[in-house]
Amino acid sequence: MPDFGKYAFYVWTSYGLAGLVLVGITLYTWIDSRVQRRVLRTLEERGLRRRSDRREG
Amino acid sequence: MSDQVSLSARLTGLANPTRFIRMVEIVLPWLVAATAILFAVGLAGAFYIAPADRWQGEAYRIIFVHVPGAWLAMFCYAVMAAASIGSLVWRHPLADVSAKAAAPLGAAFTFIALVTGSLWGKPMWGAWWVWDARLTSVLILFIMYLGLMALWRTVEDPSRAARAAAVLTLVGFINIPIIKFSVEWWNTLHQPASVLRVGGPAIDVSQIWPMLVMALAYTTLFMSLHFMAMRTEIHRRRIRSMRLLEASRGGEDG
Repeated sequence: MPDFGKYAFYVWTSYGLAGLVLVGITLYTWIDSRVQRRVLRTLEERGLRRRSDRREG
Repeated sequence: MSDQVSLSARLTGLANPTRFIRMVEIVLPWLVAATAILFAVGLAGAFYIAPADRWQGEAYRIIFVHVPGAWLAMFCYAVMAAASIGSLVWRHPLADVSAKAAAPLGAAFTFIALVTGSLWGKPMWGAWWVWDARLTSVLILFIMYLGLMALWRTVEDPSRAARAAAVLTLVGFINIPIIKFSVEWWNTLHQPASVLRVGGPAIDVSQIWPMLVMALAYTTLFMSLHFMAMRTEIHRRRIRSMRLLEASRGGEDG
C-alpha cells in the first residue's frame, strides 16, 4: 500500500469516490441491460412481434 | 465511386439497429478487456511508478482520476452533440438512442471531475470550492446533463423527446469551448492547460504517461458502457412498440 503522507485522506477519497461512481454506473448499465433483455424475451415468448417483424416474416 | 458506394452502404448497414446490436456483441468483449488492462496499467503507474511532484507532493496523484474525468465529461457532450445533429438532420432513431444513452455517463464523469477537483482544491488552494470560470462552467455542464436526463424521462414519446433534447444539447454546446478556454479568457484560480497546449505538455513524461493511460481507460470504459446502454435502449423501444401493438390488438379484439 503506497503511503501518501499528509495528503493520504484526499488521495484515497478521490480514488475511492471515482471508483465508486465508475463501478456504480457500470452496474446500473449492466443490470438495466439484463432486465430489458429479459422483458423482451418474455414478450417474444408470448408470441408478440413488432409490426416490422410481421412484415418481414 | 464504387468505394464511396460501399462505404455509404456499410454506414447505412450499421445504422440499422439489428446490425448495430450484432456489431456490439462482437466489439464489447474486446472493449471490456481493453478497459480492464488499461485501468490495471494506469493505476499501477499512478500509485507506484510515477514519482511524487516537486511542488504538490503526493496530492498531485489526484489528477490521474481528475483530468481524464474532465476530458470525458466534455468528450461525452461532444458525442451527444454529434448525435443530436443526426437526430435533427436525418431524424435517425439510432442517433436519438446514442444521445439518450450518453447523458447519464456524461453526468457520472462530470461528477468525478467536480468531486476529485474539490478534494484536490482543499489541500492545494485551501478551499473545497471557488466560483471561478472553470469550476462554474463545469458545474453548469453537470446541471445540463441532469436536465437532459430529466427531459428524456419527462417526454414519453421517444421521437418528440429526441427532438427537444437535441435542440437543448446543441444550444448547450456553447459551454464546451467556454470550459476549455475559461482558464485563458479569465483570471481563474484553476491552472491553465498543461497537456493540450501550444508548445507541448508542461508535465514530465514520468507523470504524464499514467494520466494518458488512465484517459484511454476512461475512454474505452465510456465506449463499452455507451454501446451497452444503446443496445438496452433499442431493446426498451422494441418492448414499447410490442406493448403498443398488443394494446391496439386488444382494442381491436374487444
